[in-house]
Amino acid sequence: MTESKVGIVSYGAYVPRYRISPQEIGQVWGTDGAAMGKGLNVVRKSVPSPDEDTITISTEALRMALTRGKINPRDIGAIYVGSESHPYAVKPTATVVAQAVGATPYLTAADFEFACKAGTAAIQTCMGMVLSKMITYGVAIGADTSQGAPGDALEYSASAGGAALVIGRENLIAEINGTESFTTDTPDFWRREGQRYPSHGGRFTGEPAYFRHVGECGRRMMERAQTEPSHYQHVVFHQPNGKFPQRIGKSLGFTDAQMKYGLVTPWIGNTYSGAALIGLANVLDHAQAGDRVLVVGYGSGAGSDAFDLTVTEGIRNFDRDHGPQVQEFLDGGTPLSYAMYAKFRGKIHLGGS
Amino acid sequence: MTVARFWRETPRRYNLGGNRCTACQTVYFPPRAVCPTCQQHRQSIGKMEPYTLCGDGEVFSYSVVHEAAEGFEMLAPYVLALIKTPEGPLLTGQVVDVTPEEVQVGLRVRASFRKLREDGRAGVIHYGYKFSPVREKGPREAMASPASQEALARAAARVART
Repeated sequence: MTESKVGIVSYGAYVPRYRISPQEIGQVWGTDGAAMGKGLNVVRKSVPSPDEDTITISTEALRMALTRGKINPRDIGAIYVGSESHPYAVKPTATVVAQAVGATPYLTAADFEFACKAGTAAIQTCMGMVLSKMITYGVAIGADTSQGAPGDALEYSASAGGAALVIGRENLIAEINGTESFTTDTPDFWRREGQRYPSHGGRFTGEPAYFRHVGECGRRMMERAQTEPSHYQHVVFHQPNGKFPQRIGKSLGFTDAQMKYGLVTPWIGNTYSGAALIGLANVLDHAQAGDRVLVVGYGSGAGSDAFDLTVTEGIRNFDRDHGPQVQEFLDGGTPLSYAMYAKFRGKIHLGGS
Repeated sequence: MTVARFWRETPRRYNLGGNRCTACQTVYFPPRAVCPTCQQHRQSIGKMEPYTLCGDGEVFSYSVVHEAAEGFEMLAPYVLALIKTPEGPLLTGQVVDVTPEEVQVGLRVRASFRKLREDGRAGVIHYGYKFSPVREKGPREAMASPASQEALARAAARVART
């Protein structure tokens, strides 16, 4: 458990505008898309424009966070971007983001990769640097534009979006009371170097992977914090689909009401590294001072990071109305046909070299 | 475009970095070495200071591009517009997240950070500003999630009671 105060100073989220439904995808592959969507609890998923990627999504989310929190970008000492879809294999996403928000040159920056939990790992790194007073503000971003192979089950949920958290010691809107992690070598989902689409272990991604890690990490977090599910107003789990978080939430003793704002995947799909952070952003959009929040992220490979937070009085004066709230991303969007989706996602190969 | 040339233009492409003449307060984008507005250009030498545009604007005029340039095929048809900024400069930029039919003169837009082009599959990726429409806040009934549907129902009930 941490001894000094550290927490969230500001936050921002961004989800691309376009959407596609499981029915539209299923129609192309001759499968029952509606049943697939129901099974996954995914109504639609977001689709990035051809000119959007993890760098642009991260930048938009962080710009919103800096404006909302009235933070001078020059006070940022570290930017870490967690993603499994960095546009470059070699050339950090974080450098472009830092330049685009005006935080360069006096800061450290790096890209994190731990499947879907690279963003929560970035939060922990920022917490350490902020608490040790190496930096004033640290930025943790989780963002992705991941894809499933055409026709694969992943295609029904893999989407795009991200969120940025500014971590600091003062002017907190949510204090991080503590963090826990649970990590093992579990090959449930992976993408080899040079491969375009990820591979996964089918049902193996459930019990020994997601449910074990999220369950163990969440339970340990509550043990260390000496809390019970009833102490929390909100809970956020990593959400590769809309069903897994509901199931783990119930097994840990949480109600649908506690999961209401933290569950966003049914309306935007699985944003991978962005998923838990966008869920947290939606919770912060609705939270009241004094609310307690449990966040448990998950990354394949595999590991979980949990955070126990308390929303502070600072939320009352925080400019949550600047820029779109997460609810607008959940509601809004322009529907796409599969043909346009394939064009946007580069699944159509043009002639020539 | 070479890597070095684009890199030199990063401040203006990423952050709309222009400059302002401190003698007559005219804002320029892209930045200029001297102020052509001042009657004697020499007055402005050494008086041009960096100035970042706020990113807001409205469509002054526009064109719909159907025959896309190389590298822009996936975006066609797309809208290329002149954007009038509140600071004064007129910018050329693509308007995104809209259909061409939605664009009209006077449409309020805001700068967004997008990928501009790639130097092939192995080359550097160029980023910079484009413009997206400023949409009114509020849920869209057609695609509203249950949480918003509840809010809409509550709002409708309040209206019914009054």
